[in-house]
Amino acid sequence: MSRESVIPIGPFHPLQEEPEFFTLKVEGEKVVDIEARIGYNHRGIEKLAESKTFDQMVFLVERICGICSTSHPFANVMASEDISGIVIPERAEYIRTIIAELERIHSHLLWVGLAGHFIGYDTVFMWAWRHREPVLEMFERISGNRNHYAMFKVGGVRRDIKKDDVPDLLKTLGQLDSFNSMITNAVLDDPVIHARLKGVGVLSKKDAINLSVVGPTARPSGIDIDVRRDHPYAAYDKVDWKVIVREEGDVFAKAVVRLLEIGESIKIIRQCLKTLPGGNIDVEVRDIGKGEGIGVHEAPRGEVFHYVRSNGGNYPERVKIRAPSFMNVASYKHAIIGESISDAALILAAVDPCYCCTERMAAVDCETGSNVMTGQDLIRLSQEKTKKLRKAL
Amino acid sequence: MANDITAKLNEKFGKSVEVFEKTGKRIYVNVPDKVKALEVVKFLFLDENLRFSIASGVDTREGIEILYHMADDALGRMITVRTLAEKPRPEMPTATAFMDGALWIEREMHELLGVNFPGHPNLKKLLLPDDWPDGVYPLRKGE
Amino acid sequence: MNIFKWGLKKSPWVFHLGASACNNCDIEIIDCLTPKFDVERFGIKLVGSPKHADVLLVTGIVNRHALPRFKRVYEQTPDPKLVVAIGVCPLSGDMFRDSYNYVMPVDKIIPVDVYVPGCPPKPEAIISGIMKALNKVK
Repeated sequence: MSRESVIPIGPFHPLQEEPEFFTLKVEGEKVVDIEARIGYNHRGIEKLAESKTFDQMVFLVERICGICSTSHPFANVMASEDISGIVIPERAEYIRTIIAELERIHSHLLWVGLAGHFIGYDTVFMWAWRHREPVLEMFERISGNRNHYAMFKVGGVRRDIKKDDVPDLLKTLGQLDSFNSMITNAVLDDPVIHARLKGVGVLSKKDAINLSVVGPTARPSGIDIDVRRDHPYAAYDKVDWKVIVREEGDVFAKAVVRLLEIGESIKIIRQCLKTLPGGNIDVEVRDIGKGEGIGVHEAPRGEVFHYVRSNGGNYPERVKIRAPSFMNVASYKHAIIGESISDAALILAAVDPCYCCTERMAAVDCETGSNVMTGQDLIRLSQEKTKKLRKAL
Repeated sequence: MANDITAKLNEKFGKSVEVFEKTGKRIYVNVPDKVKALEVVKFLFLDENLRFSIASGVDTREGIEILYHMADDALGRMITVRTLAEKPRPEMPTATAFMDGALWIEREMHELLGVNFPGHPNLKKLLLPDDWPDGVYPLRKGE
Repeated sequence: MNIFKWGLKKSPWVFHLGASACNNCDIEIIDCLTPKFDVERFGIKLVGSPKHADVLLVTGIVNRHALPRFKRVYEQTPDPKLVVAIGVCPLSGDMFRDSYNYVMPVDKIIPVDVYVPGCPPKPEAIISGIMKALNKVK
């Protein structure tokens, strides 16, 4: 079989020195198979949750992932509230919506920067991340932290949005809107990006359904699902927005879906801020009650699922957590086989796995069985392909 | 409209299923027979076009309770199929026969709960280190 | 001071070694490169291989699976080198210390020069941590 040596790889220049997560088997230029081995991030959170109270658990699940750090608490508190049907105040629902959509913006901008870097547009990376900063600053104003905002609790939210902060929030949203329009139009118009991304890494609708992928991995393949619309919660059914769906299933479609979603998130936040109802931000919750509950939320990467079972005590009996990437990352195999190795890094990035999973890739030559290139090489290949395309056009 | 799926399940599976509508959005279907349970999941996935959200297992005294959470995006509800894989050697037929989405979660349940899935194409470790001791299942109670 | 140490102090090349992290610290480290903080103007450069690194930025709890590789990276990094532990995870395991997959705090695996607590620490704190580490070099 193939001799695999440990090679460090990552999606970015802070490459992570860890053994392969994905081993790509190549024949010449084409990828013929891949194997996944994860576990470098497994921290035993589901088991840990059984020894935390329902309130402590929210802080624990927040740290599953730093990028979607609000999505897990969101689904988690909804699952706990689902057990005995706790109803939270309307103001809390709106605040939850605002925080969740701000997170979607920062996460998609992060992705835009990443994708830009992969195809050699480092300016895009700098711009996108520079525009993330105002979003993080907004989070700091509202919650006290740029990341891990600890806004959610069973029964409502932990902090309020001050009236004085609203005009600045709206101003920042205006700036984000201009940047997002600019970059969306740039992507839609640039012939090099079209040539580079269109038709690459196509995930067919049939495969997408069979794998049960979610979010911006499913919607670009023609699957019209979005938890915010299908299983309405928080304030999503009280504001006007649309679900972005494309049919092509390639990396270009995935990029467009995310860019347009940023625009929709800005719309949602603006409406929520303008119609934010008064009142309390939480209800007192004496106990969770006996039973089981399910909470689902549309995180930036798709549906995040939490199941909480309680036997009436202070600690959950069982917590099942399923991040969207768990379903989506498996689709990488279907999208990459048959594609060129210079697209490998990009196709994985298009699935937007939570960074924890992205880091490890190595390519193995089927005939010689030796490692031919590292992940850094793969990224460089991707950037070179763009240069070639640009010259050809 | 929840009666719709309840009626369909009762009609198709009769006494093998017991449908409990907790709310309009949360429906639980108890199917003690494992093989029948998988047939229910197959029916929901292939015939009713529900989305497979995930499966989960809970260690109980009688065995590993396995739940299949199916999302009905059209009507905004979750339908959870519940069955039991008895100890001491819990086993469950593999859902990967008709649903690729189950490939990873069955590996996870295998290593964390000790459930065997005969027929699964690749029941290797997914999350735990290679040198993790055999027979130690972190999500079992009392470990 | 020999030339290697002088080079290290003037323009530290930094390698980010993350193991079982939630990525928040990792993103804040990358954030240091972006226009708002722009550490490259201080001569701090993020490199792609530990063999080129002067400073190792360590994040995450280093779970059982990652531990052997983690140690190997430390050994591959040439001397003189400094280790800066970023975030609470490498310090004490944060809330994961009771996990079945947690092993031990990072300073029991490799020597650590500077600890930057926080969850995550802000980019300013990270840069300050790197600077404190450099000040240790004589």
